[in-house]
Amino acid sequence: MSIVTVQLGQCGNQIGFEVFDALFMDSQCSQGFCSKRENEAYQASCRERFFREENGVPIARAVLVDMEPKVINQILSKAAQPGRWKYGQHACFCQKQGSGNNWAYGYSVHGPKHEESIMSLIQKEVEKCDSLSGFFIIMSIAGGTGSGLGAFLTQRLQDHYSNALKMNQIIWPYGTGEVIVQNYNSILTLSHLYRSSEALLVHENDTIHKICAKLMNIKQISFRDINQVLAHQLGSVFQPTYSAEGSFHYRRNPLGDLMENLVPHPEFKMLGVRNIPQMSENSLAYSTFTWVGLLKHLRQMLISNAKMEEGIDWQVRPSLPRLPPLNKLSLNREQHFNTSLANLVILRGKDVQNANLEGFKDPALYTSWLRPADALSVWKTSRAFNRYERSAALVSNSQFFVRPLDTIVGKAWNMFASKAYIHQYTKFGIEEEDFLDSFTLLEQVIASYCNL
Amino acid sequence: MTQSVVLQVGQCGNQIGCCFWDLALREHAAVNQKGIYDEAIGSFFRNVDTRVVGDGDSISKGKIRSLKARAVLIDMEEGVVNEILQGPLRDIFDSKQLITDISGSGNNWAVGQKVFGSLYREQILEKLRKAAEHCDCLQCFFIIHSMGGGTGSGLGTFLLKVLEDEFPAVYRFVTSIYPSSEDDVITSPYNSILAMKELNEHADCVLPIDNQSLFDIISKIDLVMSSGKLGPSVKPNSLVTSSARAYQKRQRGRRKPFDAMNNIVANLLLHLTSSARFEGSLNMDLNEISMNLVPFPQLHYLVSSLTPLYTLADVNIPPRRLDQMFSDAFSKDHQLIQADPKHSLYLACALMVRGNVQISDLRRNIERLKPSLQFVSWNQEGWKTSLCSVPPVGHSHSLLALANNTCVKPTFIELRERFMRLYKKKAHLHHYLQVEGMEESCFTEAVSSLSALIQEYNQLDATKGMPMEDVPRLRVAV
Repeated sequence: MSIVTVQLGQCGNQIGFEVFDALFMDSQCSQGFCSKRENEAYQASCRERFFREENGVPIARAVLVDMEPKVINQILSKAAQPGRWKYGQHACFCQKQGSGNNWAYGYSVHGPKHEESIMSLIQKEVEKCDSLSGFFIIMSIAGGTGSGLGAFLTQRLQDHYSNALKMNQIIWPYGTGEVIVQNYNSILTLSHLYRSSEALLVHENDTIHKICAKLMNIKQISFRDINQVLAHQLGSVFQPTYSAEGSFHYRRNPLGDLMENLVPHPEFKMLGVRNIPQMSENSLAYSTFTWVGLLKHLRQMLISNAKMEEGIDWQVRPSLPRLPPLNKLSLNREQHFNTSLANLVILRGKDVQNANLEGFKDPALYTSWLRPADALSVWKTSRAFNRYERSAALVSNSQFFVRPLDTIVGKAWNMFASKAYIHQYTKFGIEEEDFLDSFTLLEQVIASYCNL
Repeated sequence: MTQSVVLQVGQCGNQIGCCFWDLALREHAAVNQKGIYDEAIGSFFRNVDTRVVGDGDSISKGKIRSLKARAVLIDMEEGVVNEILQGPLRDIFDSKQLITDISGSGNNWAVGQKVFGSLYREQILEKLRKAAEHCDCLQCFFIIHSMGGGTGSGLGTFLLKVLEDEFPAVYRFVTSIYPSSEDDVITSPYNSILAMKELNEHADCVLPIDNQSLFDIISKIDLVMSSGKLGPSVKPNSLVTSSARAYQKRQRGRRKPFDAMNNIVANLLLHLTSSARFEGSLNMDLNEISMNLVPFPQLHYLVSSLTPLYTLADVNIPPRRLDQMFSDAFSKDHQLIQADPKHSLYLACALMVRGNVQISDLRRNIERLKPSLQFVSWNQEGWKTSLCSVPPVGHSHSLLALANNTCVKPTFIELRERFMRLYKKKAHLHHYLQVEGMEESCFTEAVSSLSALIQEYNQLDATKGMPMEDVPRLRVAV
């Protein structure tokens, strides 16, 4: 089954390009540490998901949308390099004037105005899939086009393709220094997506920036570096894995399986990714890894809510089973233990059948109302990913985002109380009540996650 | 991509405009060496085949034939505009873009606003419509004028209202040159206050600039150049003021360095629009400026600073010097009006970077500078940033900082004091009141509009240093 990717705005388009490039380069890589036959099956599966073919050239199953032409022109020329993959000839939609960091402009002006053209582009791409698994929508939540138009289009996709899944890859802005109205734009986006998307896969710029600095050892970090790390993380999730233990067939519907495993309740839709190892190519050449070591670290990253391998708090331990959940609700208390609703562990590489996942099966990691057996799923392939002989990724529906979400809602609420910048939104039909609705919904989400 | 139209009004506006077009041409020549007309050039210029008789249809693609500035030049005297038409820039304007008169506004806002306003309204409108028709997506009008005189101040602000009525969706960015305290126009406080009311009501963003600050910046550059210590190592063409040739000319002439001063303002406009015109990893379109920097409609005055003022000729930039560029942008000496943002309250701040600078450089400097700056309680993270990969000609990198900051207030207060000194004595009032449509109430309304603005800044200043408390959050049932 295939996934149609929708790249929105400057951020979504820049990341989308890096994602396709990472998927393509990995699938082309002969160094899969596995048999030739297996490598070919892996390649074929990756192709089916993300690429189609035109005259022997792989074409990304993607639609590119932006309200100004510069970024799309730039990545089209990058993707035009010979010997690689390309975007479809009619896969782009751009306009002349951007949304100006105004969610209301993207949602209420650009959305309705360009709905028909964009939806028909998407439909054309869908028609080229033998069977559609769903949509992967890449957007930032801070600006105007990705966030506002992204929220609008996700709703429309929900109306038009109610059977297809929608996963939004959202880029969480830096805590400071990107867009001043980012907290307003973010709460409006998140609340709207919560109503129309099946799952939000969240990446925080601050986290990835730190990974670039600490793990990748990059001195002067560019957006390209950041996007490449992000693409690597996504690749480690979405590249093919076996459909069942011991089988050599690849999973056909990754999006569907992922949702089924990770989103058991519509109140909980925020997914985070952790992966290990992640390091610069130089260091990689001198490192070896064992499954025991990798999984021990990954598990501690999960329960202590560490965002990367460095600086993990090893003191955090699951509490004894069934103690009364005292103070669990309070946000003010430093939340040490990260409780999960559901987790997916993805293992790629050598001797993957020997990896022991007992540590992730501990009921103390999970909320009480779901059977631990249902809360953990494991995907595997012995094909190595992106030159890492062994690597593991974790997609988690847990309390990862309680704090970032609480921060963004808090900052937006403080600004809302002063009424600053509201006039910019009412100009395009987003009223104070719309803000209040968003606040209410998100406070509810925070409370629900706190209560896990 | 979008386009902008520049409206240069009055002597000062036209002189700055002239510098702007000169620099804009140089910049595009440096960036676009193949001579192909592209969208970046198209934002300020149209490409015209002059061999075709008549209007010279715009050509949207292909080789550059003949560039025409997207501009309307307005002056109620002929001197400056004629000079431009005889100078090296004559080919980028044609007579259809000009409006001149011979009598001048006599340093009287009322003459500019009321007399020439009604006399030339239709003609101006027609030329504006023509300029707008040549654009396929007009986003912004840039008005360049001075506050102290008659034409720029009166007719310039008259234009704002016309633009608001006729092109409500197009942004109005105003570059206003404020008179210094020893201005030789005696009625400049009247003109400025009357103009301020129009700016308050009809502009989207105002970039206030004063002559004294420009003059001080030039003096500082001259000092560096002539001290000999750095002189030989300063890269030619890298002065924010102009080329080295202009510097030498200035040394001979010993006049007030208006050319160099105007060049700073022209550079400001180029930098402001660079991220909208050229590629970058973090774009900032013009409509993002007011969205991010104007929290309340009236508080749309942005204090600007440009750094570095010159670039030294060695090839490598140590991070230390890059960081200096950020530090300088917040110092009192680099602001384009007499203001001290560091000791006042920030409502919002934008850092627009050009050249070889990455997001990690930007973040490091924000973290470094943040502790020394005060932001209003509800906008503690009030930073907007952009990265444009094309540096200005002669530089490897540069920075424009835009601050919505209460430090503009002293300029306004001083202006009001100078106004009151004249107004109490009713000095020169009759020159204004004899103009049809002018009444005393125009003066009282203008001064109360300014007072209301000052009051808003006062209220914000009063929150400075107050303990910050989070607003109680919404409670939800669990």
